[in-house]
Amino acid sequence: MATLEIKDLHVSVVSEDAPKEILKGVDLTIKAGETHAIMGPNGSGKSTLSYAIAGHPKYTITSGTVTLDGEDVLEMSVDERARAGLFLAMQYPVEVPGVSMSNFLRTAATAVRGEAPALRHWVKEVKGAMADLDIDPAFAERSVNEGFSGGEKKRHEILQLGLLQPKVAILDETDSGLDVDALRVVSEGVNRYKASGEVGVMLITHYTRILKYIQPDFVHVFANGRIVESGGRELADVLESEGYVKYTGKTEAAALS
Amino acid sequence: MAALSTQPHSHGAVVPVASRAEHFTSYDVDAFEVPGGREEIWRFTPLKRLAGLHSGAAATGTAAVEVNAAAGVTVETVGRDDDRLGGAGVPGDRVAAQAYSSFEQATIVTLPGDAKTEPTTVTVTGAGTGTVAYGHIQIKASQFAEGTVILDFRGSGAYADNVEFLVADGAHLTVITIHDWADDAVHVSQHHVKLGRDATIKHTVVTLGGDVVRVTPVVQYAGRGGDAELFGLYFADAGQHQEHRPFIDHGQPNCRSNVVYKGALQGEGAHAVWIGDVLIRVAAEGTETFELNRNLILTDGARADSVPNLEIETGEIEGAGHASATGRFDDEQLFYLQARGIPETQARRLVVRGFFQELIAKIAVPEVRERLEAAIEAELEAVGV
Repeated sequence: MATLEIKDLHVSVVSEDAPKEILKGVDLTIKAGETHAIMGPNGSGKSTLSYAIAGHPKYTITSGTVTLDGEDVLEMSVDERARAGLFLAMQYPVEVPGVSMSNFLRTAATAVRGEAPALRHWVKEVKGAMADLDIDPAFAERSVNEGFSGGEKKRHEILQLGLLQPKVAILDETDSGLDVDALRVVSEGVNRYKASGEVGVMLITHYTRILKYIQPDFVHVFANGRIVESGGRELADVLESEGYVKYTGKTEAAALS
Repeated sequence: MAALSTQPHSHGAVVPVASRAEHFTSYDVDAFEVPGGREEIWRFTPLKRLAGLHSGAAATGTAAVEVNAAAGVTVETVGRDDDRLGGAGVPGDRVAAQAYSSFEQATIVTLPGDAKTEPTTVTVTGAGTGTVAYGHIQIKASQFAEGTVILDFRGSGAYADNVEFLVADGAHLTVITIHDWADDAVHVSQHHVKLGRDATIKHTVVTLGGDVVRVTPVVQYAGRGGDAELFGLYFADAGQHQEHRPFIDHGQPNCRSNVVYKGALQGEGAHAVWIGDVLIRVAAEGTETFELNRNLILTDGARADSVPNLEIETGEIEGAGHASATGRFDDEQLFYLQARGIPETQARRLVVRGFFQELIAKIAVPEVRERLEAAIEAELEAVGV
């Protein structure tokens, strides 16, 4: 039973001169089988939380702990975290020119699984996973994310999620910029991953619309660098009708008008 | 030869290079002054490390030239007096003129007309540590010939040469030059490409080894419809100086050129220089040209200079452009790959290999491609990148 435990996490980013504190004491525990939606307005620090857990060098942890099944995640390098079972589906996946998607996927799978997948099964596995996400097989020979549309990038993030089978997945605004069909396809991919085993999901989103496809067990409102309110599915419905004004003093909708 | 020979300029041997059109050329070494290092065309080159190639050093040895010729390809070893030599271009700097004035024997490789031939390999091995040698090679693709020539430079010593590529009307020549010298070697080379009507050349320069390697490929067009693709791939380690100075001289209408050079640098004192000159003369209407240089700096202490120059004397062209970028390792790419479990060392290699992939994929000879991939691996291994 995988458990990701975040305790009193404070994170700063080095801006032009002085470090700026973005996360101001985050407490959150995600257990296997649970889906937690983190909802909040722009600039509340949601993405920082995801990048800090994944180990992006831009962010400095000033205090607090993050553990996965009791292991200190913050002591691990970025790749060790991934091999330990953490996965971050990024809001803005990075282009890597000259590295084919197929080479990248196989290298990643080899690293995470600890051994190279048998070629015959692997080809079949990738083909199937791509078909499930309505990805044209030709993408396998294209450079990683290079020239992909926003929707294509997101599909490929979920493709990696399915192939790498992490213990805990953090999905950072995976729904942003997706049209209705793409949102459905991507959500189905996340649901397949959820159904595949005892896994935990942290679903970071600004809008409630993805929650129509992916059922959260818990909803947390994120504002000003911390979780300010937690509840069940019904909290999303409140946000849907009332927006974030209660938490920020500003009118910012959580539903698409 | 007569068609391209020029008289020294009336205002003396040292010509301030304002326009590439004014660039001084001569077969005679004495027509050039000994460079002091401040001249525009020498200012990046470490003259002290040239073993006197620029200042009149006499030959003390001979580089061995070995040709593994494909069926149908003719190989000749000729003396200085062979009047076919020099037909593709005139030396454009003192070292090239010194080489032209000093070589004793030249090798002429001729690809038969109207025929497709398998790859031919010319291996040039330096005369040895502490020696100075001069050489001359001419590759001739006869009318409608189609073939590949690999020039493989290895060994030790200081070596200067001119390499001519005479591509006759309608011929298609692919050339891959590999500078795989030993650590002490110094090589200053001018390549002269002359393209006939509707002739094409794919000219790839690979520079890996040597202390100083300076290559100046010059392309001239003798008729309409010529197409030159110049690719370069280099990897400079600590202390290495690698300089590439492609010059495309568009003097005929409706010709095309495309230049792509990419290099990686690592280690203290690694220095890459790329000077890309393109000149579109008044007569060259309908020209289409693009040149690009990219440098990937892998560690501190390495330096890349990149200077694209585009001179256009006619407005009636299809298109002309250039781009140059020198950057450090992209940490975001590294983060992305590592976030998928790929260890840092392996992630770095993926990125560097990816950087070169576009050019390696264009090399049509599998053995050469594999050799390059292995060489890049070895370079990365050497510094633990």
